[in-house]
Amino acid sequence: MTFLDFEKPISEILDQIEKVKQVAEKGKVDVSKTIIDLENKLKEKRTEIYENLTAWQRVQLSRHPERPYTLDYIKAITNNNFIELHGDRSVKDDKAMVGGFGEIDDQTVMFIGQQKGNNTKMRQFRNFGMPNPEGYRKALRLMRLAEKFNKPIVTFIDTPGAYPGLEAEERGQGEAIARNLLEMSQLTVPVICIIIGEGASGGALGIGVGDKVLMLENTWYSVISPESCSSILWRSWDFKEKAAEALKLTANDMLKNSLIDGIIKEPLGGAHTFPDEMYKTVKEEVLKNIKSLSKQSAEKRIENRIEKFCAMGVIVES
Amino acid sequence: MSWFKRIKEGITTSTNEKKETPEGLWYKCPSCKHISTTQDHAANLFVCTSCGYHEKIASLDYFEIIFDNNEYTEINENITSGDPLVFVDTKKYSDRLVDTQKKSGLKDAIRTAHGTIDGQKLMIACMDFGFIGGSMGSVVGEKISRAIDYSIETRTPLLIISKSGGARMMEASYSLMQMAKTSVKLALLSKAKIPYISLLTDPTTGGVTASFAMLGDFNISEPESLIAFAGPRVVKETIGKDLPKGFQTAEFVLEHGFLDFIVARTELKSKLSSLLKMLAN
Repeated sequence: MTFLDFEKPISEILDQIEKVKQVAEKGKVDVSKTIIDLENKLKEKRTEIYENLTAWQRVQLSRHPERPYTLDYIKAITNNNFIELHGDRSVKDDKAMVGGFGEIDDQTVMFIGQQKGNNTKMRQFRNFGMPNPEGYRKALRLMRLAEKFNKPIVTFIDTPGAYPGLEAEERGQGEAIARNLLEMSQLTVPVICIIIGEGASGGALGIGVGDKVLMLENTWYSVISPESCSSILWRSWDFKEKAAEALKLTANDMLKNSLIDGIIKEPLGGAHTFPDEMYKTVKEEVLKNIKSLSKQSAEKRIENRIEKFCAMGVIVES
Repeated sequence: MSWFKRIKEGITTSTNEKKETPEGLWYKCPSCKHISTTQDHAANLFVCTSCGYHEKIASLDYFEIIFDNNEYTEINENITSGDPLVFVDTKKYSDRLVDTQKKSGLKDAIRTAHGTIDGQKLMIACMDFGFIGGSMGSVVGEKISRAIDYSIETRTPLLIISKSGGARMMEASYSLMQMAKTSVKLALLSKAKIPYISLLTDPTTGGVTASFAMLGDFNISEPESLIAFAGPRVVKETIGKDLPKGFQTAEFVLEHGFLDFIVARTELKSKLSSLLKMLAN
């Protein structure tokens, strides 16, 4: 288990428990009381730390190397009943954007999402979850497919941004994202978007125009990463904590500002500490939302979706 | 031994006798260093007469160039930003807004107006780079949204002139959502089959490129404009190599298939007018 800097007290207690257990094994001493004490202490510490997370700490959690990624969620909630589909039918298959049909219980769903890798090799293979234009075009192709066969769409958002590379510019990164924003607003099937990690800017929004936009508790969603914001506005990389606060990028802030529709609670300590519990919660949320959205007509859903995004913004009119 | 001898030391002309050259009489092209009078420069629509360099101009200049007899009706001119996040970086965003408003005489980074072009109706939403780098926050999103409403209600073709560094960081996620808002609204305009021309001028980058600017029925640009999603500096840092010459210029974007044509500012009005006429006939 990898621990973040602010999680150090927790890892210390875990180490202590481990040591006591070893002593007990060697010396045949009864340590059950010590262990119970330590476990209580661990529980208290966990609650204390995770219930008072700062915005920057949540950003760190959202990037935790052991956090589940898109395919982990898809495979878990479909019980591996998933057929991955590839390619944008124009340039190539973008490994940073995955998608395909899967079944949750008896419900067929089109899943789409950015994919990160869990080791150095895979991280490179997945381009760190930063799609090229063909990734957004693949996503749109799959959404159209879902629409054609009248299946709801679930997108998992987890990206540090759309890839700012040379070929990405040549092939129209801006156009690809823009096209998705416009087309997603017109989809006749229910669209549920869930931010499961990082929601950075246009690269996230490019698969984020949905009837329900939900954030997991320890994720962030904003126009720029706190680090880049710090470097541009403060002209230094040292103000990332301050920038994270100022950007109001946490799930709580986003819900308070009516920029998302809901928050999905994570297990104490984050999604990676008890992944099975996390998958179960996400599955329930997906099913619940598909059920409620399916009750509306396609026209009504599109109307509501458009109205929701058009209401975003704060202006003063004199 | 010099030929002339200075009898009086120092400058003796009194201040009120001094003859000043009026300021801004001359324009020096930053590209080719050609010098012309500002009068000639303005008469050529702020395009260098020697090399064709297009100087950045403001929304009011575009209105004057495009609308017949410089007659138009501005709408929603009194909308300003609400500073929803009470954002503070090195300076309070609310102070930054007031200062910029005073300095630039603008309310925010866009003006919207309707009028006629060679007698045909046209709605124009034109961005101003002079207001926090032409950045898109709630005001830009709302004014574009309302301009689209006007276009749909009155069946008036829409021209959006983009000139922007991207989303406005001080409105963070609200700025991000303006990308969705404007694009979603354009879907409605498209469904109503009303023409939308997107003119991308120097520079058009970031969230503006990744939303309304790239969604025109016709995407057009002025020569040599910088058009990008990620700016050249970021791309260079990412790939760790020098960028090819002409990367992310309008000509480059045209070559890669994302623009319909490039038009010099001096030809802009006539070309827009012919295009609209073809669509109407």
